[in-house]
Amino acid sequence: MIVNIGHSALILALFVALMQAVIPLAGASRNRKKWMLLGRRSAAFLFMLVSISFAALIYAHASDDFSVLNVVENSHALKPMIYKISGVWGNHEGSMLLWVWMLSLWGFFVERAKNLPLPLQARVLAVQGMIGFGFILFILLTSNPFLRISPAPLEGMDLNPVLQDLGLAIHPPLLYAGYVGFSIAFCFAVAALIEKKVDAGWAALIRPWVLAAWIALTAGVASGAVWAYYELGWGGFWSWDPVENASLMPWLAGTALLHSVVVLGKRSALGNWTVFLSILAFSFSLLGTFLVRSGILTSVHAFASDPARGIFILALLTVAIGGAFLFYGWRAPQVPSGAGFSAVSRETALLLNNVFLFTFCMTVLMGTLYPLFLSALDLGSVSVGPPYYRAALLPLLAPFTLLMGAAPLVAWRKGTLKNLSIPLTLTGMLLVIFFPLLREKPLSLLGFGMGGWVILATLHDAWKKTGNKAPRSYYGMVLAHAGFGLLMIGITATTLWGQEKILWMRPGDRVEIAGRQLAFLGAHERPGPNYEIKTGVFTVDGGTMTPEKRWYPVQEKMTSEVALQLKGFGLLYLVLGDQDTDHPERWAVRVYYHPLVLWILLGALMIAGGGLVSFTDKRRTP
Amino acid sequence: MKQIPLLIFLLLAGFFAVVLFKGKDPALVESAMIGKPVPVFDLPPAIKGKKGFASRDLQGTPSIVNVFASWCVMCQLEQGILEEIGRAEHVPVYGLNYKDTPEKTAAWLKKYGDPYTAVGDDRKGRVATDWGVYGVPETFVVDARGFIRYKHIGAVTDGAYQKIFKPLLAELRK
Repeated sequence: MIVNIGHSALILALFVALMQAVIPLAGASRNRKKWMLLGRRSAAFLFMLVSISFAALIYAHASDDFSVLNVVENSHALKPMIYKISGVWGNHEGSMLLWVWMLSLWGFFVERAKNLPLPLQARVLAVQGMIGFGFILFILLTSNPFLRISPAPLEGMDLNPVLQDLGLAIHPPLLYAGYVGFSIAFCFAVAALIEKKVDAGWAALIRPWVLAAWIALTAGVASGAVWAYYELGWGGFWSWDPVENASLMPWLAGTALLHSVVVLGKRSALGNWTVFLSILAFSFSLLGTFLVRSGILTSVHAFASDPARGIFILALLTVAIGGAFLFYGWRAPQVPSGAGFSAVSRETALLLNNVFLFTFCMTVLMGTLYPLFLSALDLGSVSVGPPYYRAALLPLLAPFTLLMGAAPLVAWRKGTLKNLSIPLTLTGMLLVIFFPLLREKPLSLLGFGMGGWVILATLHDAWKKTGNKAPRSYYGMVLAHAGFGLLMIGITATTLWGQEKILWMRPGDRVEIAGRQLAFLGAHERPGPNYEIKTGVFTVDGGTMTPEKRWYPVQEKMTSEVALQLKGFGLLYLVLGDQDTDHPERWAVRVYYHPLVLWILLGALMIAGGGLVSFTDKRRTP
Repeated sequence: MKQIPLLIFLLLAGFFAVVLFKGKDPALVESAMIGKPVPVFDLPPAIKGKKGFASRDLQGTPSIVNVFASWCVMCQLEQGILEEIGRAEHVPVYGLNYKDTPEKTAAWLKKYGDPYTAVGDDRKGRVATDWGVYGVPETFVVDARGFIRYKHIGAVTDGAYQKIFKPLLAELRK
């Protein structure tokens, strides 16, 4: 019954979205207030309907309703409740419903916003309604999570054990909130093109939306990296996997947008470029959704990938992105262009920042799509990995970080470079002091130098400004930039100085890593909720570490739970491997030492936190 | 100038369309067994009173080999369609009973339908491994010479029957 209500609510939502797409748009162009207000009503109603639908699916999963195919395929009565709920979006159909729910949630926020002129709000909501209509139609026609199965089986097939993790509860909702959040900037851009009004006022209105989506996306990408780090077999915190790249591209475009909005707000320059980036950021979100959901890229879930879905999303993509860019090409030349600025100025620095970020974005896009190009043209299959990204991105990263440290010190309109000497000297001095340590890995001079420079330059500027009441968004920037510096240092240290040992161990054996003694005491077994557990017991420095292997009988899959322990400046990472079949007392053990790896996490948290601090800055102008 | 983003996007979209319409998922690992003769095996019957299942059964006429188990939920979905394929296409449907017990299999077939000409008992899963099976259900189409022509992963649906099995079996009968 509840499942039927959820299905009906989604069908009704389709029509509400259609209404939201058409009537407020017509109302705004004919200046009919009632029609425009209908857009707001529809947005609220749409949010309610999609929420009901989403709640119904969660209810079906939580109550083990095995008459629903989606529950049968992804759940199991013995699965712990938290994974029954997060399992809702651990599959294609449910994750698309989460996507649409996020969209309607953002629409609801726009509906609630008090500071928007009614025609602009109506147009934004109308464009949002179009996107919602397209995706709800997609779910209903090709990816319906409410399909029934008859006769209903007594038990489900369980969720892929790798996904039975807290990461599934946190990562996808944050990531989707960010992905879909950029739809608001997209809608604002289309609305601005309709109104032919791209100015400082528009920038002030759009900035909180960009910032909010960017914070969510930053947190989403970071939580994904953490999950991939401790989940064995996902190649560490970042492996340049296409699915990871799909989340990085909108982040890069969004970061560029965040900075160009500032220029537009302060100096009324870069108007068309900002509109372009607004369209681009969400285009990358859509592209990411397409790449992941169409099965066009390498995916372990190629099982159920249905070609109809890929074609449908591609059609959606073409209408949304193609339509927006077509409109942009037509309207942008008619929008009055803004003020100019001199060569050495904050504007130039931010423009350069945009050029860099845009180049990064295109580099990642090339690397992601290149294997696809080759296989489509039957030129063989290749995989583009870390060496490509290192070669393509590192040379650009150095001037980029130099700029990042310098830009906040340069004044608007016309500045000088003399403020840079103190932090530059400090960075140089630190590198000299640590030279004996860094000498063995020359690349670390670059990584630490860049990270140190960003942190020192940013903090130096903040220290100088302490007296004169800088706005809160300034401190947000300081936090985020310093966080980026930490991130660079963490990545440099852990990539260059990480240690790894793989060996067979019998109870009583010892191994040395990073100057510490790790001893294996033995392994024991016990049952878990929907799996069997084998635990290895190790000691290091008087503390114990207990990595696990879990066997999921329903899916016939084995997962590894790594054990982590903070030691000195780094993290000890311990994996219990296979038991030797011929000598059952022997276990394969993998142990890693990752120095400063937590700085990466800390850096990412500071970046997102910096966004939050900026977000609380309630001034009208950015 | 301002139309460049559109042009680049259209180029990309056109390219995606080509990949999608080519229909070949670059990620999908094609079974290494396609185009090869079936592995040699001789399995005892999974159900008392019925025949066993051996590689020599697959000579002389096109046939379907379905890997199933009573503990496999998706297998319940395809029993009806397998029965229909066997009847409508006049092909024998053989069952490879994967890691199962005879008692459970017999009860399960009674409950969900028995489309099989014969069912082999692959209790240890050894024969299935020779076939390159890595999950149940999987369904193979074998030609009259005993060569594997197609492998279907997951439950056979009506759509898969109409789109893949029907034309392929028609071709094999020629």
